[in-house]
Amino acid sequence: MELLVPLILIGVGFFVGRHFEAKHYASIRDREKKTLHVPMMNFGAKQDLPYAHDAQLFVGSVVVANDYFKTISAGLRNLVGGRVVVYESLVDRGRREALLRMKEEAIEWGASQIVNVRFETSSIGGKSRDQGLSAVEIMAYGTAIR
Amino acid sequence: MSNLTLTTLEGVPGREIVEHYGLVQGSTIRAKHVGKDILAGFKNIVGGELKGYTELLQESRKESIERMVMQAEQLGANAVVNIRFATSSIAPGAAELFAYGTAVRVK
Repeated sequence: MELLVPLILIGVGFFVGRHFEAKHYASIRDREKKTLHVPMMNFGAKQDLPYAHDAQLFVGSVVVANDYFKTISAGLRNLVGGRVVVYESLVDRGRREALLRMKEEAIEWGASQIVNVRFETSSIGGKSRDQGLSAVEIMAYGTAIR
Repeated sequence: MSNLTLTTLEGVPGREIVEHYGLVQGSTIRAKHVGKDILAGFKNIVGGELKGYTELLQESRKESIERMVMQAEQLGANAVVNIRFATSSIAPGAAELFAYGTAVRVK
């Protein structure tokens, strides 16, 4: 019985989590295609500023949690070390989602280009063992010009 | 929201910087909400976005930008360039969001 509950949680985490992830990735790919017409680029300090009438800061942010299966498998991975593949997709999802949110907001404003995009990532929770919450918050920000 | 121009660039496109006022900054420290935390615990079983936390992050981001803008206005700037954000966790359950940039006057 004591073993059963974690096993059920792992099962639920694996199947439901995978389903949600697949759905999320489908939506990300779809929206990325739709927003492809607005280029994003980073400039160096020695380059001239792009010509524009108007510039404004846009930020997109998201907090994503990992599922129970991922938490357990990452915990097992910790024993032997190496690449933690289950977390890679989590962070990738978060970054792309944050970037898309920024881009969509900028497009609504009428952006022709987004320049100097930066990311900021940090983990929240998971500090104490009993809480066990682990999530990453990701912000993407850049200057939209038109 | 005020009418200051905020950018992550070295300047404001199409404008010229006539005066620098130096670094301005704004920060907020936020703690997790107990009710939200319980929901987040459930969400940790199936994974996915924590909407409550995203809202919290957005609120505190707005707050820290506002504080930075207030400082810039006091200096007499009409734009803040080279804006960056930084986050750090102060203690379990509390996180800081920090925005900084250079206050300038453009024409």
